[in-house]
Amino acid sequence: MSEIVRRDGRKIDELRPITMKIGILDKADGSAYIEQGNTKVLVAVYGPREVHPRHLGLPETAIVRCRYHMAPFSTRERKSPMPTRREVELSKIIKEALANAIMLNLYPRTTIDIFVEVLQADGGTRCAGITAASLALADAGIPMVDLVTACAVGKWNGKIIVDLTGEEDEECEADMPVALMPNLEKVTLIQLNGRLTSDEFLEAFNLAVKACKLIGELQKATLRNYYEKIKEEVYEQ
Amino acid sequence: MAAAEERKIVLPGDLIAEGEGYEVGVNVYRDDGRIYSYVVGLASIVDGKVSVTALKGVYVPKRGDVVIGVVREVSITRWLVDINSPYQGILPAIDVFGKRFSADKVNLQDYLKVGDAIIARVASFDRTTDAILTIGGKGLGKIGRGRLEYITPTKIPRLIGKRGSMINLLKKESGCNITIGKNGVILIEGPNGESEELVAELIRKVDREAHVPGLTDRVAEILRSAMKRE
Repeated sequence: MSEIVRRDGRKIDELRPITMKIGILDKADGSAYIEQGNTKVLVAVYGPREVHPRHLGLPETAIVRCRYHMAPFSTRERKSPMPTRREVELSKIIKEALANAIMLNLYPRTTIDIFVEVLQADGGTRCAGITAASLALADAGIPMVDLVTACAVGKWNGKIIVDLTGEEDEECEADMPVALMPNLEKVTLIQLNGRLTSDEFLEAFNLAVKACKLIGELQKATLRNYYEKIKEEVYEQ
Repeated sequence: MAAAEERKIVLPGDLIAEGEGYEVGVNVYRDDGRIYSYVVGLASIVDGKVSVTALKGVYVPKRGDVVIGVVREVSITRWLVDINSPYQGILPAIDVFGKRFSADKVNLQDYLKVGDAIIARVASFDRTTDAILTIGGKGLGKIGRGRLEYITPTKIPRLIGKRGSMINLLKKESGCNITIGKNGVILIEGPNGESEELVAELIRKVDREAHVPGLTDRVAEILRSAMKRE
């Protein structure tokens, strides 16, 4: 299964190298940064805080607002900073993928604002955004039933592959981002662009679940390390 | 489970306890007989009750809490107070001037201006209204001197310590008077600027190192060496 090598030398079920950090922005209540191959995404979370404008607030629950945005310098050709149709849609689906995990009923009449800023785009930015946003939410101390972790799978040259690069994304026959709560094994987002047979779909889905769980472990290690590092620093003194 | 005994760090969705006989405390939920965490925090099981002390979080007002706030707006009949929370504080003029208060005779600005800090008690809060404050009571009212320091509200219990061990240590060794607002705002009144700064620095240390054991000892050591230098 793994002998087919991709353009960047990866096996078909191999993720790109991933690094994650949390607590990197002082002003935000929670923040995270993720690098997945050449994709680099920064996320800031504010809240729960007062809703402005006030009429948007809901009496029984908190609301979630999300802005997914690609920096003008994130692609080879300059991207206009104006939100595109695509960015508006991704903002909505990222919000929905995360809102399912958040205990919104604990903070009525408030808002949780999520800013996903793509610094460099090379495929899988919505998934990297969801993964990082979930970390930033945890960093902000916002109650969630589980973390949310995401990864794309797709069909490229007739093979089901995981974690597509920008180049693979352009060439692929099908592309399927999946977001999931790894402990509860519940899917919060699934999209499919292109065509897969039902067998291919199952293969792709299982591969995505496997990848998400792997990324989930990295998320957990990142959160733990943040506090363990403070502990080590204290003991060193 | 062992996780809870040593106050291990748990993450959202982490399994803390399994089986019957456990009670659900704060920041945890039960699903299919298992108890999971909602937040990043330290897990503990006391008398079968499973809880997680969050390492970050916002202040949600509770009736009876003493809070410290800063006036951010003055209207004709009330002050709007920033209480370091998603919900704002409201101090009605009748709380200060009595039931016979009339808006055409009194200018609220003369009593409390924007930027003034107050110690107040939450008189009522029911999630449909903002937190109604009162400054009638001993130790409440306008703050005249000292400095304010902020701490993550969920770490207030750590700042107080077991039976007040941490806060009493800070007060005794520094000679400062320290008033803790449940909303994570702390008033430090000391004999001089240096001792106030020292306490503020130690409060920031408590905020940062709340999850590392032996914190009270480390704070005591810093306090004593700093006091010896003077």
